[in-house]
Amino acid sequence: MNEIGGLSHNVEDGRCVLRISGNLTILRVRKLSGQLDEIEAEKLVVDLSGVERMDTVGAWLVHKLERDRGAELVGMTEDQKLLIDHVARADQPMKVRREPETLLYQFVGRVGVATQTALSTLVGLLGFFGAMMMSIWNLFRHPRRFRYNAVVTRFEVVGVHSLGIIGVMSLLVGIVIAQQGAVQLRQFGAEVFTVNLIGRSALKELGVLMTAIMVAGRSGSAFAAQLGSMKLNEEIDAMRTIGVSPMEALVLPRVLATVLMMPLLGFYSAIIAIVGGGFFCWFSLDIPPITFVQRIREVVPMTDLYQTLIKAPVFGMIIAMAGCYQGLQVEGNAEEVGLRTTAAVVQGIFLVIVLDAFFAVFFTEIGWL
Amino acid sequence: MQKGVPVVEVRGLENRFGEQVVHENLDLSVRSGEILGVVGGSGTGKSVLMRSIIGLKVPQAGEVTVFGESMVDRDEEEAKHVRRRWGVLFQGGALFSTLTVAENVQVPIKEFYPGIDQELLDEIAAYKIAMSGLARDAGAKFPAELSGGMRKRAGIARALSLDPELLFLDEPTAGLDPIGAAAFDQLILELRDALGLTVFLITHDLDTLYAICDRVAVIADRKVVAVGTIPELLALDHEWIQDYFNGPRGRAAAQIDETEGAGA
Repeated sequence: MNEIGGLSHNVEDGRCVLRISGNLTILRVRKLSGQLDEIEAEKLVVDLSGVERMDTVGAWLVHKLERDRGAELVGMTEDQKLLIDHVARADQPMKVRREPETLLYQFVGRVGVATQTALSTLVGLLGFFGAMMMSIWNLFRHPRRFRYNAVVTRFEVVGVHSLGIIGVMSLLVGIVIAQQGAVQLRQFGAEVFTVNLIGRSALKELGVLMTAIMVAGRSGSAFAAQLGSMKLNEEIDAMRTIGVSPMEALVLPRVLATVLMMPLLGFYSAIIAIVGGGFFCWFSLDIPPITFVQRIREVVPMTDLYQTLIKAPVFGMIIAMAGCYQGLQVEGNAEEVGLRTTAAVVQGIFLVIVLDAFFAVFFTEIGWL
Repeated sequence: MQKGVPVVEVRGLENRFGEQVVHENLDLSVRSGEILGVVGGSGTGKSVLMRSIIGLKVPQAGEVTVFGESMVDRDEEEAKHVRRRWGVLFQGGALFSTLTVAENVQVPIKEFYPGIDQELLDEIAAYKIAMSGLARDAGAKFPAELSGGMRKRAGIARALSLDPELLFLDEPTAGLDPIGAAAFDQLILELRDALGLTVFLITHDLDTLYAICDRVAVIADRKVVAVGTIPELLALDHEWIQDYFNGPRGRAAAQIDETEGAGA
């Protein structure tokens, strides 16, 4: 007979009698299940009369002895027998893991899914644009259905509330451009051209691009999250049933507000960036503000401003559309809202930058250097 | 634990949200081995009571003891020992959405008993899932792939994963079809008998009350106005209780219970 920690086994009448004593609970299974595997004996008898507490994990181990090794169970109380029976009834073939797929299959599958998602998003956005145009057309025919209040509310959220953050960001970007530019231009003794650098880059590209990125992060994501949670909450379905078009009530005010706010914010951002650069020139390069402003007026052509004012509404439309489209695609659970919000921001910024490249080529071609 | 000994004791509980007083001087005790149903109108703070007992909400005043240990102002480490002894099923199931059902069931086991080998963990998850009455392919599924009723069953499987002595159920049958709800009632009864559970059950379901609850606690006027078996409650002269049990739905549920009782 040998005994380790509440478990003993010895041979009686050609049968191996296993006595378990103490608590037969999850706390002990780590050791116990190994010990049980070590006992190699035919005709096992399990004596549970020494067991004080038993939980389902303990009952499971006992049940496994009975099932796999044909053990005979003796000495258990009525309650313990009930528990073991209960666990035995729950012993059904059960799938707990997904079958792993081969690496090649996984790779091809992922590429396929990614391609399909990209294409269907593009087609979806196009369709969404079409649906929006149709609802704009409807609004022209029934102008009384236009929701002024919703649009004005969005003006505030998209435009006014982002003035602070865009201002701070643009000021800093202006200073950084001036500082980095000055360091490089000093090598040629051309520090004075820092003014050209600030004025042209801020007004032509940086102002509107930085604003677009900020608006995508602030408002595009908010649109996706708002519409997404409304979709989950079946609010959108309720709207449709009542006869309110979600396109008119939710999407158009947001898109319109973003389209109208983007040029204003982009211009504001460019001006603040120039002011930031001006401060740097004043304090570090000893260019007084009067001279700085005069130089800016001489070197920045009006076409730079036109470029910003043409690009900004297009960027705004793309950002707002990506946000609303992704929001309306939410289905199923709250996790999806997060995924769709991320997608809205990523797609918004990506499309803005791609289009910006096209714009750059286009404006160069028509001679707006 | 001996039958009939109080497992949960709530004394003088007070809960406020700003100006709104939810509970005031609320007393309740849950005895070992019983299924206690908690009923009350919407907004009477049934879920808040449960959250106060399990320590998710710190009450403004009052004393809550579970297994004889105070749950108010508990150190998180000490509270772990008590947490290990109870299971909670939230209204929506509250499964972790990034894990499969089987992994959900294994989370508490891995947390409290690290080092159990994966094979045994899988076996444990499998029989827990089978016990809660889910289909055989459910273990590998993600919560999003399950229906509402299946999610509740998976929630039960997770709540039972540590073989708790005390089970908290927040409206387990809400949103289930009558057949699913009846099966769920049966499941809770079975589990109570097989595992010797004490059950704290919040419900609106009159059928559930008649079918499985040993005692019913009624929350109204910011406190527990009465606790007892349904016949005891019916004998009381309290307006809400009379409306509740003697309304058309209450009578229908009582009739079903009687015919079933006669048949058995």
